Amino acid sequence: MGVQTWTFLIVGLSFLLYVIVAIWARAGSTKEFYVAGGGVSPLANGAATAADWMSAASYLSMAGLISFMGYGGAQYLMGWTGGYVLLALLLAPYLRKFGKFTVPDFIGERYYSDTARMVALICAIFVSFTYVVGQMKGVGVAFARFLEVPFSTGIFIGIGIVFFYAVLGGMKGITYTQVAQYCVLIFAFTVPAIFISLQMVGNPIPQLGMGGSLEDGTYLLDKLNQLSVDLGFVEYTSMGMDDRVNVFFITAALMLGTAGLPHVIVRFFTVPKVRDARISAGYALLFIAILYTTAPAIATFARTNLIQTVSNQPYTEMPTWFKKWEESQLLSFEDKNQDGRIQYVADPAKNELTIDRDIMVLANPEIANLPAWVIALVVAGGLAAALSTAAGLLLVIATSISHDLLKKNLNPNISERGELLAARIAIAVAVVGAGLAGLNPPGFVAQVVALAFGLAASSFFPAIILGIFDKRMNKEGAISGMVVGILFTAVYIWYFKPQLGGPGTPEGYWFGIKPEGIGTLGMLINLLIAIVVSRLTAAPPASVTAIVEEIRIPRGASTPLDPH
Amino acid sequence: MSEKSLKDYWKHNLRYLFILLSIWFVASYGCGILWADTLNTFKIGGFPLGFWFAQQGSIYVFVILIFVYVGLMNKLDKSFDVDEE
Repeated sequence: MGVQTWTFLIVGLSFLLYVIVAIWARAGSTKEFYVAGGGVSPLANGAATAADWMSAASYLSMAGLISFMGYGGAQYLMGWTGGYVLLALLLAPYLRKFGKFTVPDFIGERYYSDTARMVALICAIFVSFTYVVGQMKGVGVAFARFLEVPFSTGIFIGIGIVFFYAVLGGMKGITYTQVAQYCVLIFAFTVPAIFISLQMVGNPIPQLGMGGSLEDGTYLLDKLNQLSVDLGFVEYTSMGMDDRVNVFFITAALMLGTAGLPHVIVRFFTVPKVRDARISAGYALLFIAILYTTAPAIATFARTNLIQTVSNQPYTEMPTWFKKWEESQLLSFEDKNQDGRIQYVADPAKNELTIDRDIMVLANPEIANLPAWVIALVVAGGLAAALSTAAGLLLVIATSISHDLLKKNLNPNISERGELLAARIAIAVAVVGAGLAGLNPPGFVAQVVALAFGLAASSFFPAIILGIFDKRMNKEGAISGMVVGILFTAVYIWYFKPQLGGPGTPEGYWFGIKPEGIGTLGMLINLLIAIVVSRLTAAPPASVTAIVEEIRIPRGASTPLDPH
Repeated sequence: MSEKSLKDYWKHNLRYLFILLSIWFVASYGCGILWADTLNTFKIGGFPLGFWFAQQGSIYVFVILIFVYVGLMNKLDKSFDVDEE
């Protein structure tokens, strides 16, 4: 069987699995629709959180990014995992004890203010929508490249699948399909890595193989450092001197953003108890860590393989995958010195090979000559990553509208059935809207993902932390902190991102901080303003202080104070 | 639960958070970023140590920290009789 037949078969089977799970896990009430009835086991929630969290970008792009960045790739690895420590220790248990359905719910009640709820609601929708458009685009690309259907058809198929299980099952359907999607994506990611690790260093565990030695006895990383330096690149394992500030700030912005992203936070509302919320954050990070410690190994293997295969080799002797990726324009070769060989070097004037970073994960199985079914599996994994993240984000958008806006603001008397119907309609509209936006994405989508993290870090994170750890924090402090934090961050990113039309140049960076890392500073500004303003204005009412005392102790979480 | 024991419980909790988050900071921002160059002069197996912390070690530390926290808090909840059993 050829690659394409295998791909149709494996992708088809995985989709069938998601549909069956969705029918089994239909939602019958708003509680099931918003938080899966609050009865998800911590282990299942861990797997669902991991799939929710790991997007098309983690799966398809990250290893490639790292292999071209070397040491600097650590900012993604640490930034997208370290936030879970903050989530587990500072947020998840307390929000679970609080026991509502959404992040704006918490902000609105803790800060006894509909203005605060609306600010949070707008932030949640904006952050989630920009993110989901990128996922839809990922679905379209994966289909177009491997099944040779048009990009738009790919997106329509993606819309159809998500529509089916998200509208039918809400959070309940999404949770259990995410568990299935996690299994597919982690299997698909690690299998090629294990094969390649065995081929290159004879170790079946890629995390160890990365530090292993080649046939001639030299360590793989030493070899790669040598190859890199010979071609004029920086040593793979060392950091450029001017990198330090930005690695620090970007890592922090990604960590704080992770802990502030609404689609991740709501997952901790779905488990029965406070102690379940704590342990399921642990499971989630464990499941995520399997991919995040494999990715740098893939990056190392792929980089070494690539340089050894192409560097100074005759163009005519390139393997078939080289030609194939050339056709899809992800690879291009221009023989500047007319010697018929490929010069792949750091100096742009002499370099003859241009490579799209995304190719690393997708082409890896082919470069390593793995069987056709492994390649098909990688495609199914990429789709699972994109669909699971898209569904989680869409649910946040839908609940923001049906619960926070409709039920809590516009029409508090709406019936249970009416609210459930509204939630279904909201998610249906959101799925179709995101799909259409993905069909015709604004050119800055990739840039906006960085924006999403910065905005989450500079708005939600401090507001929630202070709501739990600072009893004296009042609505004046929280609202002014959120508004100033998010505006500062958004304006800085816009100003220094030429892709967004901003006039700034890198020379103007404050303290040399790139826009991707500015969320860290925005978070600190938010924190400072919130504390100062709250101390200058009236203390929160006693009923609110009582809520804070209540959420600090675990007992009583299984019987919510406000049965919905 | 009395006011005093609530305060006491919270104080214990904050102390755990301080210790665990200090380790979190040292493993990632410290060993993985600020001191990575110095640590790179040491090696474990084929890994320069700073690079290992940045791309592998810090993630292992994160996972362990959460499980340690869960263990500590479950014990603390029991001893202050605020657990959910």
